[in-house]
Amino acid sequence: RLSHFGLGGDESRVDSRTIYVGHRPSTTEAFIPPKFCDNRIVSSKYTVWNFLPKNLFEQFRRIANFYFLIIFLVQVIVDTPTSPVTSGLPLFFVITVTAIKQVSSAGVFSCKRESKRSVGDVVEVNEDETFPCDLILLQSTRDDDTCFVTTASLDGESNHKTHYTVPDTEKDLDSLSATIECEQPQPDLYKFVGRMHIYKTDREPEIRSLGPENLLLKGATLKNTQRICGVAVYTGMETKMALNYQGKSQKRSAVEKSINAFLLVYLCILVSKALVCTTLKYVWQSKPGQDEPWYNQKTQREKETNLYLKMFTDFLSFMVLFNFIIPVSMYVTVEMQKFLGSFFITWDRDFYDPEIQEGALVNTSDLNEELGQVEYVFTDKTGTLTQNNMEFIECCIDGFQYKYRDAVSELDGFSATDGPVSKLQEKAGKEREELFLRALCLCHTVMAGVDGMEGCPPPHEQTGFIASSPDEVALVKGAMRYGFTFLGMESKKMKIMNRSNAIETYDLLHVLNFDPVRRRMSVIVRSKSGDALLFCKGADSSIFPRVRQEEVEKIRVHVERNATEGYRTLCVAYKKLSPEEYARADADLQAARLALQDREEKLIAVYNQVEAGMTLIGATAVEDRLQEEAAETMEALQGAGIKVWVLTGDKMETAKSTCYACRLFQRGTELLELTVRTLEDGVRKREERLHDLLLEYHKKAVQDVPPTKGWSKPSQDFGFIIDGASLSMVFNSSESSSSHYKNLFLQICQNCTTVLCCRMAPLQKAQIVKMVKCSKGSPITLSIGDGANDVSMILEAHVGIGIKGKEGRQAVRNSDYAIPKLKHLKKLLLGHGHLYYVRIAHLVQYFFYKNLCFILPQFLYQFFCGYSQQPLYDAAYLTMYNICFTSMPILAYSLLEQHICVEVLLDNATLYRSIAKNAMLRWVPFLYWTLLGVFHGLLFFFGVRFLFGNPALQANGQVFGNWSYGTIVFTVLVFTVTFKLALDTRHWTWINHFVIWGSLCFYVIFSFFWGGIIW
Amino acid sequence: MMASGYNAKEEDGHHSGAPGNGGAGAVKSKKPDNTAFKQQRLPAWQPILTAGTVLPAFFVIGLIFIPIGIGLFVTSNNIKEFEIDYTGIEASSPCYNCAQNYSWNSTSSCTCKVPFTLEQPFESNVFMYYGLSNFYQNHRRYVKSRDDSQLNGDLTSLKSPSKECDPYRTSDGLPIAPCGAIANSLFNDTLELYHLSNGTRTAVVLMKKGIAWWTDKNVKFRNPGGNANLTVAFQGTSKPVNWRTPVFELDPNDPDNNGFINEDFIVWMRTAALPTFRKLYRIIQKKVDAPTLASGKYELEVSYNYPVRSFDGRKRVILSTISWMGGKNPFLGIAYITVGSVCFFLAVVLLIIHHKYDNRCSSADIPN
Repeated sequence: RLSHFGLGGDESRVDSRTIYVGHRPSTTEAFIPPKFCDNRIVSSKYTVWNFLPKNLFEQFRRIANFYFLIIFLVQVIVDTPTSPVTSGLPLFFVITVTAIKQVSSAGVFSCKRESKRSVGDVVEVNEDETFPCDLILLQSTRDDDTCFVTTASLDGESNHKTHYTVPDTEKDLDSLSATIECEQPQPDLYKFVGRMHIYKTDREPEIRSLGPENLLLKGATLKNTQRICGVAVYTGMETKMALNYQGKSQKRSAVEKSINAFLLVYLCILVSKALVCTTLKYVWQSKPGQDEPWYNQKTQREKETNLYLKMFTDFLSFMVLFNFIIPVSMYVTVEMQKFLGSFFITWDRDFYDPEIQEGALVNTSDLNEELGQVEYVFTDKTGTLTQNNMEFIECCIDGFQYKYRDAVSELDGFSATDGPVSKLQEKAGKEREELFLRALCLCHTVMAGVDGMEGCPPPHEQTGFIASSPDEVALVKGAMRYGFTFLGMESKKMKIMNRSNAIETYDLLHVLNFDPVRRRMSVIVRSKSGDALLFCKGADSSIFPRVRQEEVEKIRVHVERNATEGYRTLCVAYKKLSPEEYARADADLQAARLALQDREEKLIAVYNQVEAGMTLIGATAVEDRLQEEAAETMEALQGAGIKVWVLTGDKMETAKSTCYACRLFQRGTELLELTVRTLEDGVRKREERLHDLLLEYHKKAVQDVPPTKGWSKPSQDFGFIIDGASLSMVFNSSESSSSHYKNLFLQICQNCTTVLCCRMAPLQKAQIVKMVKCSKGSPITLSIGDGANDVSMILEAHVGIGIKGKEGRQAVRNSDYAIPKLKHLKKLLLGHGHLYYVRIAHLVQYFFYKNLCFILPQFLYQFFCGYSQQPLYDAAYLTMYNICFTSMPILAYSLLEQHICVEVLLDNATLYRSIAKNAMLRWVPFLYWTLLGVFHGLLFFFGVRFLFGNPALQANGQVFGNWSYGTIVFTVLVFTVTFKLALDTRHWTWINHFVIWGSLCFYVIFSFFWGGIIW
Repeated sequence: MMASGYNAKEEDGHHSGAPGNGGAGAVKSKKPDNTAFKQQRLPAWQPILTAGTVLPAFFVIGLIFIPIGIGLFVTSNNIKEFEIDYTGIEASSPCYNCAQNYSWNSTSSCTCKVPFTLEQPFESNVFMYYGLSNFYQNHRRYVKSRDDSQLNGDLTSLKSPSKECDPYRTSDGLPIAPCGAIANSLFNDTLELYHLSNGTRTAVVLMKKGIAWWTDKNVKFRNPGGNANLTVAFQGTSKPVNWRTPVFELDPNDPDNNGFINEDFIVWMRTAALPTFRKLYRIIQKKVDAPTLASGKYELEVSYNYPVRSFDGRKRVILSTISWMGGKNPFLGIAYITVGSVCFFLAVVLLIIHHKYDNRCSSADIPN
């Protein structure tokens, strides 16, 4: 029933919610208050109560932990060669350490409570407060029934947005009686459909339609408005912000996946070893006299046991005997390495930012090595790449360049500035200059506010400005520096102060609003002298065709140079309208505005008609200030073979110029654009156009590109631009074509060096990340952002990085790592990431190696002891091998190793590519280490076997027994694996020396005493 | 030469620029400490393997190992060893009858005489071993079938031996001392050696002490209640089922070699590592004036008590001299020579490769 209410008619939802404001429905009917969720957001995983079972469950889901649990239980139940303590103790240790780590790092028991607000309550919010829940704006202290909000923490746009009160509501809210029908909560920030019935005592109820402009979102901040009142429609987990917040799931690193894969291989080795031994045992026993010789009788119980049960327990016993091949201690060491290793990131002084007096923050230590594996970086723009601080850089009037310089602008910046560098004397005529500046002062939708003092402006920049776009403010301020000050607007009259401090007034006749398709905006004003003037500013591509061509060339040069320098450029044109022309334009505009059908199209047609035949006056360049070293960082990332995608909620033009400024797009980059603008060619339907464009781009970027080998640079760089609307078309088009489109889209994107996604809702950002994450080869993704709007993508990516920016702390809280500045990303990835990956990869491979050559002799020994599960090594050695004798050197290695100095790693970004795609944990290196382990194991065992061909190995003729045999193998083993590590160590600090030689000494001393007991 | 260096990185230069921290440091700052450890700037030795280090290392290893190997090999070859199998499987064997007619119940032992000839005289101490084949002393059930605390003289364990000893724990209701399969299967052949010269048959003096490990004899094995009055001490225990005499009568003449500290017993209790093994039986002390065992005819008199036919076993007696590195064992020498040769060979190959590569490099450099 809601659907016939004009707003987004096709968005009909079956169920809507009804909210009663200020009254109860007719008292005769039984009123059941509808249940809405309370205003509380629960973001933590555990509570005090479910912690133990849930955490244990989580931990035993890990294949390794579960395996050790099984082994432990087998040892408890079955008669096995080793005691349950040998595997029970390490397991207990691992579980405890992990649980403690999770408690301390995840802030497990946090549960955020908000003040009690329920749906239907009227809420009052003061200036600079954030809205506690989603509100319908009822009342504002501003005269024009508007209020300004900034949604920086939601979508990253820090400009002020205007929201409107529901028209004609009572001034006295106490007497308001109304119902609001609105759709059920949904995550799209920019969509809202509803209607409000206002009941008045003696009149028919009035119906007002509600749209997104009436809805104030939780998380947004009230600006420049003293106080507002609104009624809560969505609360708690149902607010749009909460719906855009995804639960934090435990992230596993790719290394862990490799470990699990290796583990499976070793599990197979283990099972096959046990199977081989069990089979051979029964084959061997079937020969007469072998099973039960006279000297070695079985007990009564053994004789009575069922044969098959015996086989099974034998199998389990072999499993237990060989289970050391899967190292429980590896998990302990990996956990410790990660835990301790993350401290080095926190301690790094290079991450310290004196401005906020903080260094890096590590929220999870599980992902250190993942930092060395990143293939895709998804970065937010506002606040991450840029400081979101627009500044007027230069302008060009009639082809003459005017560069604003602080130093010479003391009295009259404009006349003092140099003209074009080569032709110092040449300048545009004074008249042109002033016309240009007037255009800047008049052609905008900025409002002059008295209260909002911004920054510390030069003496005459007294006024703060409010605008929906920060670069309009920059332009107005730029004009102010050159002597033309916009004073504000009073009842449709714009007042400006010119250079001679005289005040000029203009009647504002029409504003031809900006839209992304036209990419320009205009105003029509009437000057004192009665001339109707049209000023137009817009992107070069939309202005140049509409001005006289002879003027274009000299300005185009400037515009293009500025654009490649990363400045936002706008061209300014004007036109004098004769009274007849104006009269016609005025009439057309009025007619179009009142049109009931196709209003948009008609308006645009009129706009196009009016904005024609203009005269180009000049161009401006505005800089969106980048973060420190943003360009260098991006360059380093691209050098490291990482693909950078910019995901922003901001407008395409702004984002594009930022990409140029960051050198993500370069002069030679061919841009493939899939935005509302390119989809809208006026002839065909959007869907068809989308199809064609996708195919065209796919041909260009994927099919026609000669296949390149390895990392060599492709001949042509492509950049891809897509906006939110087009993206949702790609994702949500009809069932059959959706996956096809997605596929095409993904392939195009993967072949582009840089992808820019603008106008993204937070959830769309996460969608993109997810799409790449799940694509072929499942590349490692990293998201970096600073605002609440980035949280979803930070959570979605393999590694989420928060910047400790100005926009609140949500991103930091939900991130895995937080750094003060974007520039720190370089060292985090190329330095720490690279080293940690190498360290942990070596750690893992080494652990498998050392346990394989540890247990292989024990396996081989079975062939010489009648397959009787006799351990080769003494129980103490079995337990202490991984815990005491060989654990410290590898732990020290995995914390301190720097096979290449950090400085070299940072200077040569390409080194990052050498470890890309999990290079050190692929099957080839794994096979190498496994074969090495097998080789060493064979050598240890058979070397001693031949040595024991004559067990009289002492000068007194006495012979060695089986424990001596094991101890000799063990000694050779400990020395060999330690020396192997020593050979691989490229960075010997005193700690390495201490633990390597110390471990060996400890072993020798221990054996000296222990050997006396067992020998 | 050594392509490595001590790389002590200087403490990083940019001292805290923040004015707030400039003072006495009283202001608590979150700025991480500037220590070499925390900044991962510990001075470090960074070895880099180059031809300059690897080649000499290989040469040196080769040149050291080959002589050692040759020395070991020669030493091993100089050891004289003589081995006779007296199992009595073949009909021609002197012990054939004893082996065939063996029964557990017989009270008198069957004796057989095995003649043999030593071609060369044995100098210095000669060690006499018995060897068994296909005897799994390292079987798990066997290895654990002992009670170490009982053997250490513990009185409680004497009366109630460990469960591990099953099925050799009790006999007729009495605890077995020493319990377990190992003790039960004590090697009980008696071996005597006679020198036959000029028609006379002189017994060779066999020392039965000094054959067990010092730690075993003095630490691990102890008689319950001291070495005196063993009969009393072992009262209330039973002898192992296969034994003819109780443990306190193993060597009634020497209280220092009786009971648990009997050296033959101790040697047997040290389980062998492999199913074919030898154990030290007796020592023949060297003589001052003559070779310990002169070349000539000898006779080995065996009282045949130990059955091995049921499990396809073999029994041997080995006479061997000993060097500083133990008995005859060419393996170590061969291993050293092999590793040394491989290193040397690799060094040569690498040297050639290095030489060629170097030449190419320099010749390529010249045109530039």
